[in-house]
Amino acid sequence: MNEDFNAGARDSIGILLGLVPFALVFGIAADGAGLSVVQTTVMSAGIFAGTAQLVTVELIGANAGLTIIVVTGIVVNLRMLMYSASIAPHFTDYGKRTRAYLAYFLTDHVYAMSIAEYAAEARSRDKRLYYLGLGVSIWSVWVATTIVGFVLGAGIPESLNLMFAIPLVFLAILIPAIEDLPQVVAALASAVVAIAAAYAVAEFGLPAGVDLLVAAAAGIAAGVTTEGVMGR
Amino acid sequence: MSDFSALGIWAIILVIAVATYLIRLSFIHLFGRINQVPPRVKLVLKFVPAAVLAALVAPGLVTPSPDVAAMVLDERLAAGIVAAVVAWWRGNILLTIGVGMAALWVLEFGPALVF
Repeated sequence: MNEDFNAGARDSIGILLGLVPFALVFGIAADGAGLSVVQTTVMSAGIFAGTAQLVTVELIGANAGLTIIVVTGIVVNLRMLMYSASIAPHFTDYGKRTRAYLAYFLTDHVYAMSIAEYAAEARSRDKRLYYLGLGVSIWSVWVATTIVGFVLGAGIPESLNLMFAIPLVFLAILIPAIEDLPQVVAALASAVVAIAAAYAVAEFGLPAGVDLLVAAAAGIAAGVTTEGVMGR
Repeated sequence: MSDFSALGIWAIILVIAVATYLIRLSFIHLFGRINQVPPRVKLVLKFVPAAVLAALVAPGLVTPSPDVAAMVLDERLAAGIVAAVVAWWRGNILLTIGVGMAALWVLEFGPALVF
């Protein structure tokens, strides 16, 4: 294989160390929510976005409405619009078909690592091959580890409270994602509303998942407002 | 276990997968015609991860109820705070999960071993 592809694959190793536990937790959660191993595998291969997958199986397990699950899953992935816009100028030399399959691998990590590599112009690696090296290796390990998690899931005793790993995974992604005060406000507002809304959903029999969307909307509004106030 | 039929679950997977792919493809495909995310959309997108993730974390650390004292005394909240410190300090998913789970087990099973 090409050297630039290998460089991408090599650079993905550090990321994989973080993704393996995430994929295991997802596989276990998918098993717990009642998905089949084929559904779980296709989900990892097709959606290829950990947070969205984990939210989706949580909501499936909670019997949330179809529309709410789909909307939530999509909202979680909207951030990729920014990745797409940011990386697009680097792919202009490629034809439509190449760009179409490159887009498939655009995850948080592939985006971040590629952009960093493209900025280091001194190395002049082939952009497509480096990106694919990252994308293909992360995709393969993600899908394979998901299956391992699914298979292992059945054998883990319930008393270990392993499902607590789900909020911990989200927490591990949340903390480094917060970069400024408006984002802190957004997170805190969302957390408070999420707890109140989760109570309301349980108490008044509202559709599961509504709490999540309401809290996220409140958090975003709080963040945008704070940014507006601080900017003035 | 959920009440969804296999068909329902397949529909969810398919729709989210296709929508996610289109989001990824969006600007990569349109570059030349639309080159930037509009500033207002960008401002909203900036808060999506923090807001969504916080909404996912919070109800997993406490049992939502009007009894604030009971909520604050939850072992999961204490374990979550420990995990948050680790996440902030190291930014490592594996370490965060490991320390968080260990903290929960110590808080849950520890007292039974000591007393």
